[in-house]
Amino acid sequence: MSLLSASAEAAPKGRLQLSGLPRLARRHPLVFIGGGLLALLIILALAAPLYASDPLNLYPFKRLQPLSAEMWLGSDNLGRDVFARTAFGARISLLVGLTSAASTVLTGLLVGIIAGYNRRFDSIAMRIMDGLMSIPTILLALALVSLTGAGIGILIVAITITHTPGTARLVRSVVLGVRERPYVEAALCGGARLPKVLWRHILPSTIPALMIQSANLCASAIMTEAGLSFLGVGVPPEIPSWGNMISSSRLYLPIAPWSVFAPGICLAVTVLAVNLLGDGLRDLFDPRATRRR
Amino acid sequence: MALYVLRRLVSTIAVMAMVGIFIFLLLRLAPGDPAAIIAGDTATPEMIANIREKLGLNEPLPVQFAHWAHSILSGNLGISIFTGRPVLELISQRLEPTISLAILTMILSVTIGVTFGILAAWRAGGLVDRTLTALATLGFSVPVFVVGFFLIYFFAIRTRWLPVQGYQPIDHGFGPWLVQLILPTMTLALVYVALIARMTRASMLEVLSEDYMRTAAAKGVSSYSMLFHHALKNAGVPILTVIGLSFAYLISGVVITETVFNIPGVGRLVVDAINNRDYPVIQGVLILASGMYVLINLAVDLAYTLIDPRIRY
Repeated sequence: MSLLSASAEAAPKGRLQLSGLPRLARRHPLVFIGGGLLALLIILALAAPLYASDPLNLYPFKRLQPLSAEMWLGSDNLGRDVFARTAFGARISLLVGLTSAASTVLTGLLVGIIAGYNRRFDSIAMRIMDGLMSIPTILLALALVSLTGAGIGILIVAITITHTPGTARLVRSVVLGVRERPYVEAALCGGARLPKVLWRHILPSTIPALMIQSANLCASAIMTEAGLSFLGVGVPPEIPSWGNMISSSRLYLPIAPWSVFAPGICLAVTVLAVNLLGDGLRDLFDPRATRRR
Repeated sequence: MALYVLRRLVSTIAVMAMVGIFIFLLLRLAPGDPAAIIAGDTATPEMIANIREKLGLNEPLPVQFAHWAHSILSGNLGISIFTGRPVLELISQRLEPTISLAILTMILSVTIGVTFGILAAWRAGGLVDRTLTALATLGFSVPVFVVGFFLIYFFAIRTRWLPVQGYQPIDHGFGPWLVQLILPTMTLALVYVALIARMTRASMLEVLSEDYMRTAAAKGVSSYSMLFHHALKNAGVPILTVIGLSFAYLISGVVITETVFNIPGVGRLVVDAINNRDYPVIQGVLILASGMYVLINLAVDLAYTLIDPRIRY
């Protein structure tokens, strides 16, 4: 996140409108590949019940089975179908990733815009954000989750709290850059009320940076969810998620590597898709930075 | 300069105070009775009352905070509920593996990351650059524990070249210590190599486009000398910054890596503390880790003037 160029240089308008999908693929291959892969993963996750068996079914006589025509990705230590669990696990990763990114963008936007406009709020809010940023993400999330016990809701709340400071700082820096621009002053002089100016003139200028940021947030949220579930404090064990699948199968790595690698590879591919989309969006919105990077 | 250092110190203290308030409030403002949370699901009302008394939870919040802050500042992080030992003692017993892992990771990732970054910037847009950039993106995308299990499977289980997991204290010999730490270090370093390589590349490219680099080339400076003497020195500040900021990731990574490789470090201590709801231990580790993060970034800020004499405050 620290590498993200928080530049407010918006792309020339109309570039996206002009281009169809093939043109997007040629001009911004990363957006196309990353976005396409992500869309595919979302469809596969939503359609999981159509092609995978029940991920909770136990086959006690078929424990730790290797890959076969019957169980494509073999079975785990309790005789559960790794393929089915991996397919359903995608739902958790994507659900947590996308909702956490959305809620973080909302809280970050709210804090950032107000902080950019109100000095008094700014000095208090930014000190709070500095403090929150100083507590390592996983530790803070661990502590938050440990208070209420594992669950998807608290996981999203914990990820949102730990990721809000960075987003709020980003929005604030964009707002500070924009608020002195002539068009904002003109709007205010012309008698527009502040809330309207914020909504019509300030908010749109934060969108490019926020779109890149939401991809970063989504990737980070998926990683954090998987990490916490791996540590045993994320998604409860009865719901299959990639993180807790790896956690429960890790002791069987020597005899059933597929039960660890299948969710692991899916996790990596998903985060890669989101990261590619994020890199692509950065190129799209900030072509100057691309040439340097 | 003195004024700047003073200002920086004051803001550091302010940030630490904020961290303290958070960590204090975390347990107190959580939904439900903190004493009941600590006591667990099988506690009797007497046990809960006992814990509440012990933690001073019957007093008003500001009084509690004053007591708590006072004991933290005098170096007392409290007593572990689960083991009955002082938290500071528990943490210091676990420090060696964690610090070993962190230092080895930093050494490995700075050497490889900076080298890769320079190589990529040297022929920007070329095959090396594109390969390294692609690898960096991949490095960002594979979670620590997935990397760890891949390495364990291929380098320990299949080939038996390296031990699967565990830790050897350094006073049992440098060799065994290092051998045990090779896989964990590689696991943890991957993200930092990617991060530092990316930052180095960006920072080097910026410097390489400066006029004085063209002058150096014109007067016949070798490309080695150009990259390492002229460019790298000037590209140092952003690289140092990213190393400081990435310390927070390092701590998060350590927690997971220690679990993967079964290393008895501070990370394992926290995870065990969370499973036991040993809140004083969690608090203690949070405070120390955040304190380290803040101090390291303070040190990085102050080091700017050393590596770049042009920066004056």
